[in-house]
Amino acid sequence: MEEEEKLEVIEEQEPAEAVAEEAELEEVKAPEEKKETIEAEIPIYKKVKDVQFGVLSPKMIKKMASAKIVTPELYDKEGYPVDGGLMDIRLGVIDPGLKCKTCGSKLKECVGHFGYISLARPIIHLNFTSVILTLLRCSCRECGRILIEQEKIDKFGEKLRQFGKEKGEEIMRKKVKDIIASTTGKTGGKCPHCKAKQHKIAMDKPTTFFEDEKRISPIEIRTRLEKITDDDVELFGINSKSTRPEWMVLTVLPIPPVTMRPSITLETGERSEDDLTHKLGDIVRINQRLFENINAGAPEIIVEDLWDLLQYHITTFFDNEVAQLPPARHRSGQPLKTLTERIKSKEGRIRHNLVGKRTNFSARTVISPDPMLMINEVGVPEIMALKLTVPEKVTSWNLEHIKKFVEKGPKKYPGANYIVRPDGKKKKLTEETIEQALEELQPGYLVERHLMDGDLAIFNRQPSLHRMSMMAHKVRVLPYKTLRLNPAVCFPYNADFDGDEMNLHIPQTEEAMAEAEILMLVQTQLISPRYGLAVIGCIQDSISGNYILTQKKFQIKREEALDILMQVGISDMSKLPKKELVTGKEIFSMILPEDFNYSGRSKSTEEPELLIENGKLISGVMDKNNLGEGSGLLLRNIHKKYGEKYAVDFIGKVFRLGIAVLMKRGFTTTVSDTDLPEKVDGDIKHLLDVSRQEVNDLIRSYKEGTLDSFPGRTLRETLELKIMEVLNRARNEAGLMVLKNADRNSHTMLMALSGARGTTINLAQISATVGQQALRGKRIDKGYSLRTLSCFEKNDMGPEAHGFIKNCFKKGLSPSEFFFQAMVGRDSLMDTALRTPKSGYLYRRLANAMQDLKIEYDYTVRDASKRIVQFVYGEDGIDVSKSEAGKLNVKRIIKEVSGE
Amino acid sequence: MEDLLKKYEEKLPSAIIDEIRENMPKKISEAKAREILERIESEYENMKAEPGESVGIVSAESIGEPGTQMTLNTFHFAGVAEMNITTGLPRIIEILDGRKQITTPMMEIYLKKPYSQGKDIKKIAMYIKETKLSDIASEITLNIAESRIEVSINEEKAKELGITEAKLIQALKISNKTLSVDIKKGTYIFKAKSKDENANQIYKSKDKIKESYIRGIRGIKQILPVKKEGEFMIITAGSNLKKILSLPFVDETRTTTNDIFEIEDALGIEASRQALINEVYKVIDTQGLNVDIRHLMLVADTMCFNGKLKGITRYGVVKEKASVLARASFETPIKHLISASITGELDPLNSVVENVMLNQPVPVGTGLPKLVTVKDAGKK
Repeated sequence: MEEEEKLEVIEEQEPAEAVAEEAELEEVKAPEEKKETIEAEIPIYKKVKDVQFGVLSPKMIKKMASAKIVTPELYDKEGYPVDGGLMDIRLGVIDPGLKCKTCGSKLKECVGHFGYISLARPIIHLNFTSVILTLLRCSCRECGRILIEQEKIDKFGEKLRQFGKEKGEEIMRKKVKDIIASTTGKTGGKCPHCKAKQHKIAMDKPTTFFEDEKRISPIEIRTRLEKITDDDVELFGINSKSTRPEWMVLTVLPIPPVTMRPSITLETGERSEDDLTHKLGDIVRINQRLFENINAGAPEIIVEDLWDLLQYHITTFFDNEVAQLPPARHRSGQPLKTLTERIKSKEGRIRHNLVGKRTNFSARTVISPDPMLMINEVGVPEIMALKLTVPEKVTSWNLEHIKKFVEKGPKKYPGANYIVRPDGKKKKLTEETIEQALEELQPGYLVERHLMDGDLAIFNRQPSLHRMSMMAHKVRVLPYKTLRLNPAVCFPYNADFDGDEMNLHIPQTEEAMAEAEILMLVQTQLISPRYGLAVIGCIQDSISGNYILTQKKFQIKREEALDILMQVGISDMSKLPKKELVTGKEIFSMILPEDFNYSGRSKSTEEPELLIENGKLISGVMDKNNLGEGSGLLLRNIHKKYGEKYAVDFIGKVFRLGIAVLMKRGFTTTVSDTDLPEKVDGDIKHLLDVSRQEVNDLIRSYKEGTLDSFPGRTLRETLELKIMEVLNRARNEAGLMVLKNADRNSHTMLMALSGARGTTINLAQISATVGQQALRGKRIDKGYSLRTLSCFEKNDMGPEAHGFIKNCFKKGLSPSEFFFQAMVGRDSLMDTALRTPKSGYLYRRLANAMQDLKIEYDYTVRDASKRIVQFVYGEDGIDVSKSEAGKLNVKRIIKEVSGE
Repeated sequence: MEDLLKKYEEKLPSAIIDEIRENMPKKISEAKAREILERIESEYENMKAEPGESVGIVSAESIGEPGTQMTLNTFHFAGVAEMNITTGLPRIIEILDGRKQITTPMMEIYLKKPYSQGKDIKKIAMYIKETKLSDIASEITLNIAESRIEVSINEEKAKELGITEAKLIQALKISNKTLSVDIKKGTYIFKAKSKDENANQIYKSKDKIKESYIRGIRGIKQILPVKKEGEFMIITAGSNLKKILSLPFVDETRTTTNDIFEIEDALGIEASRQALINEVYKVIDTQGLNVDIRHLMLVADTMCFNGKLKGITRYGVVKEKASVLARASFETPIKHLISASITGELDPLNSVVENVMLNQPVPVGTGLPKLVTVKDAGKK
C-alpha cells in the first residue's frame, strides 16, 4: 500500500472499532495470569471496511511525517545513517541491530514512517497536469470563479452532479467544458462574474503551462487554483473535502519510508542504494541548491534553470517513462525504476504482490501415474511428507497420541517439526529439544506433525484454467520421489507424464480443511460446470480394455475372471454366473449396481445399442462414448442415482477393470497391424490415379475456358475449390477402404474403434495416403515464382506440385512431399504458439469482468454494486454442474415413474 | 392434466412445463402424473444454483478454458461455394471486445413468399449489391495536361445492371460534390469545380472517384444467392441491416447479420443480446466444443445489462466497476488511482480482488455467511 499513499492517497481503516476491540481484549487477559500456563494469544481480527482516496494536503504531509529531510547525504563516516538524511532512522530501520527512533521497534517489526522535504519553489505534480489544465482554462484568471453565469450554474448544477454520478466524472468534466465553450462565445472571452478578459491557456507536455505564449510559473498556477471556490470545484467532479486543486501543485514532498527502498549490501561490503533513494537524493540536492541560490539572490536565469531541473527530477521520481523526457539513468545507463514503474504491469506491485500471493506448506515435483491409487488420492513422496506439516491442537484426549509424533522428531516419519506454544511462540524440534518439548507439551499447544495418509491436500497443475485444475485429494504417503495420481484425473488437470510437474498445498486451518473436503474433493468436481457431464472418465488403455472385455466374443474361464475381479477390488463373487466360461459382459456387470438401468449408444457399428437392465449389461460395448470424459450420460446417471462417492469408486473400478483385462490378455501394437491386403493396395493406387486424372481434366477445362465459375468467385478460385474437393474425396474414400479392409481385431484398429487413441484418419494416413496438405484452408501455393519448389515446372497446377501427398507414412514420403508436410507442420506449430497468449488474455479479461457476479439470496445474479445482471441465473436457475448436460431430464423421470 | 400442470407453472420454468406436456403419456393415472410432477419439482429444486455461487467466474472459466483448444485459423469456408468468414478464437475475441468494425460482416437475407421460390432472384441480388463506379468502368485515366479525369464505361456491364446514362450522371454528381461531371462521346469527364485546384488534388480525387457510390445498398460488397432447404436466400459480404430490413421483399423475421452493433442499432439491446449469444455459440459449436448456453447468456448479459453494448475491455465492462482497486488491478492502474484521488472516491471493498489485496475473505460463496456474536455475552 505504500506506493498508493505516496501517490497522494489516504487509506483509512476503522480506527474507532479497532480501539474498542483492543480494550476489551486487555480485560480478558488479566485474570488468567495466575497459573504458570502461558495464556493463549487471541488474535485481533480487524476488517478494513472501505478505502478512501484523496490528495494529500501539505499540512497532512507534514503531519504524517516523522522527519524533515534536509541533506542528501546518506551515511556518516562510520556508516551510520545521518540525521535528516534520506536514510534517517526516524523513517524506519533496514539494518539489523538498529532501533527505529520513531516507534522503537527493530528490523522487520517497524513498518517504516514517512518524512518530507519542503520544496524551495512549488512543483507541478505530473499526474495531475490534465486536470490543472482544465481548471485553468475553465476558471477566471482574476476572480477564480468558473466561467459560467450564476443562473446557469443554478440551472444545470444539480443535473450535472446527477450526470456525473451516473456516467462518471470524466464525462461530466467534458460537459462542463462544452457549456463553457458555448458561454465564452457569447461573452467574448470575458468572465461572466468579474468581466475580466480571459486568455488562451496551452500546455506544453509534460509540465509547462502557457498563457498567450507567456509561461505561467507554478507559483502563479497555485495562486489561481487557490482562488477557485469549493462549490465551483465540485462542478469539475472534484471532491473538495478530500482534494483541493492547489494541492496538485506540490510545496512539500513526502519522502517514502526507507523500508520500501532498502539498500543492499554487496559482497564487497559496498552499499548499493535503491533506485528511489538515488532519485530522492537528486531531488534533495537540487532543492538545497535552489534554496541557497534564492537566498543568495542569484540571477533569475539560474534560479529558473534550477527550478526546471527540480521539476524534472520530481517528475521522473513519479514516472520515469514520460514520453517527452529522457529517462533518468543509473551510471551504468540502465533506466531507474521509480514509483509508476513499481506499481504498473504484471511484475508491478498490484498484480505481482497484491493480487498474486505466495504460500508456505506447498510442494512441487514431477508427476507419474499409479492406477492403483483411488481417484481421489494423491501419492506424496516420503521426503515431502517430512517437510509438509499439519497443525494439530493438543487436548487432554489426544495428548498421548500426539506425544508419539513429538518423540519421533523431525527426521523420522511420522514425526513432528514444530511445537507452538499457546502464546504463539514457535519451537523447532531437533534431536536435542525433543525431550524438553515432550515435558513441556500440554493441552493448548499446537503440534505441527508430518503429513500422513488421509490428510487433505490441494493438488494443482498450471495453467489453472478451470476450477478442476485445483482439486483436493487425500494424501497417500509413498516411497520414491514423484507425486502420483490416478491417470483418470489427468483429463481435468490436462496432465500427462512426459515430465509434467504439479503443485501440492496443505491446508492449515480447520476452516480451510473443511472447505477443501466439502467443496474441492475430487468427487465433488466430477460433473463439469461447463457442460454438465462427467469430466473424469476412462482414458486410453482402460477404454481399450473395457472394449475388448465387453465385445460379444469375449469369453474366459471363470477362474481367470475371478482373478481379474480381485484385481479390481471386488470380493463378493456371488453375482458371477456359476459356469465354466463367463462372458465379458457378465464380468462387466459385476461392477454395475444391481438396480441400474440405462440405455444409450456405443461408438461401435456392430452393437450400437447399449442396454443395461437391472445392473446387467445386456447388449452394446463399452467404449469412449460411454466411459470417456465429456460424453454420454452413463457416468452422469450413476453419479445422480448413487451419489458422488459411489461414482468415483465406480470410475476407479472400471478403470482398473480395463487395465486388468489388458494385463491378462496382453496388448501391443505393431506396424503390421496397418498392413492391407495386396488387392486393396492396388485399389487405393487406382483410386488415386483416377482422382489425379480428374484433376488433370479440370485443369484442362480451365485452360480451355470451358470451366464454369461459381457465383461470386473467379475462375481460378473455382478451379482450386474443385480440385480440393476431388482430392479430399479421394483421401476420404481411401480412408473408408482402409476401414473396410483392415483387420478389425488388430490392436491398432481396436484403439481407433474404441476411441481409446487415434482416429481412422490417422490409420488411413499410415497405410493408404497422407492426402492433401492444406495451408490456411488452401492448397500450398507459396515458394518460388509460379511454382512451389524448383523441382516442378512453372505453372504446374497438378496435385503433386501443390502439396498432395499420395504416399502413406508407412511407404515413406518423397522429398517434395516431405517438404510440404514440414511446411504444414510448422504452420500448425506457429498457430499454437500464437494462440496461447491470445486466449490467455481473453480469459483474463473475462475473469476480471465477471469475477464478482454471484447469485444473491433472492436468486438474482448481481454484480458487486448490487446491480441486477440476470433476474434468474441462466433463465431457469439451473446450476450446470448439477444438471444432466445442462438440462433436467424430464423423459427419464417420466419413464422411471410410469415404469416403462 | 392441464389443471395439474397449471399448478406447477409458478414453480417450474416454462420450458420444462412444455417438455412435460409433450412427453407425458396420454393415458396415465392422475396419481402417477402427480408423482411425476412432484419428482420433477424436487429434482428441479435440487438442481438450482445456490445463493452465493460465483457464477461469473464459472462462466469466464467455461469460455476461457476451451479458448486454448480453438484454432486460430482465421478463415473458413464450409462447403463448396460459401464466403470466407472469420471463425475460431479471433471471432470470439472480436465479439467479446465489442468491436464496432468487424473483419467480415455478413448477412443472411431471407425473402418473402414469391421471391423465396426464386422469382426475380437475380434482379433482387443485383438491386441489393452496392455498385461503385469502378465496377462498371472499363478505364479510368488521369489527364494531367488538362487536369481532369476521364472515365470510360463498360457498356455491357452497365446494361446488365440496368444503369442508364442519365441515372449514372445523377449518381455521380451526388457522390462527387466538389467535382463537375460531363459526358463527351461516351466518356465521363471529371473536373474540379473551383479553378485553382492543382494537379495533385485531382490525382488524389482519382481514388475517390473510383469509389463513387452509384446504386444499391451501401456496405453490401458481395452477393451470393443460395438455395437452402428448398428456398432461395441471399448471403452477402458486408452488412447494412437497417436498409435491408426496410426493403419490401425481405422477410424481416429471419434476416440477420453478424454485426452485433447493427442489430443493436436497428432492433435494440435485447436483440443484440440474443445475437451475441448466437454468434458466440455458432463459433464454439463449429469448433466442436461443448459449452453450456447459460455461460454465454451470462457473458452476453454482462455486456448488455446497462442498456448499451459494452465490450469486455478496460473501456467497456471493467470501467463500469464501482471499486477503484478492482479497476486498477486490471489495466492502467495509475490512471485509475489518480482519477480516484481527484474525485475522492470511496472504495467500499465489496467485490473480489480488493479483498484479495487486503487479505480478507471474499464476499462470494463461503465468504458470504458471517457469525454474529453479542458483544457482552460472555461477561456478567
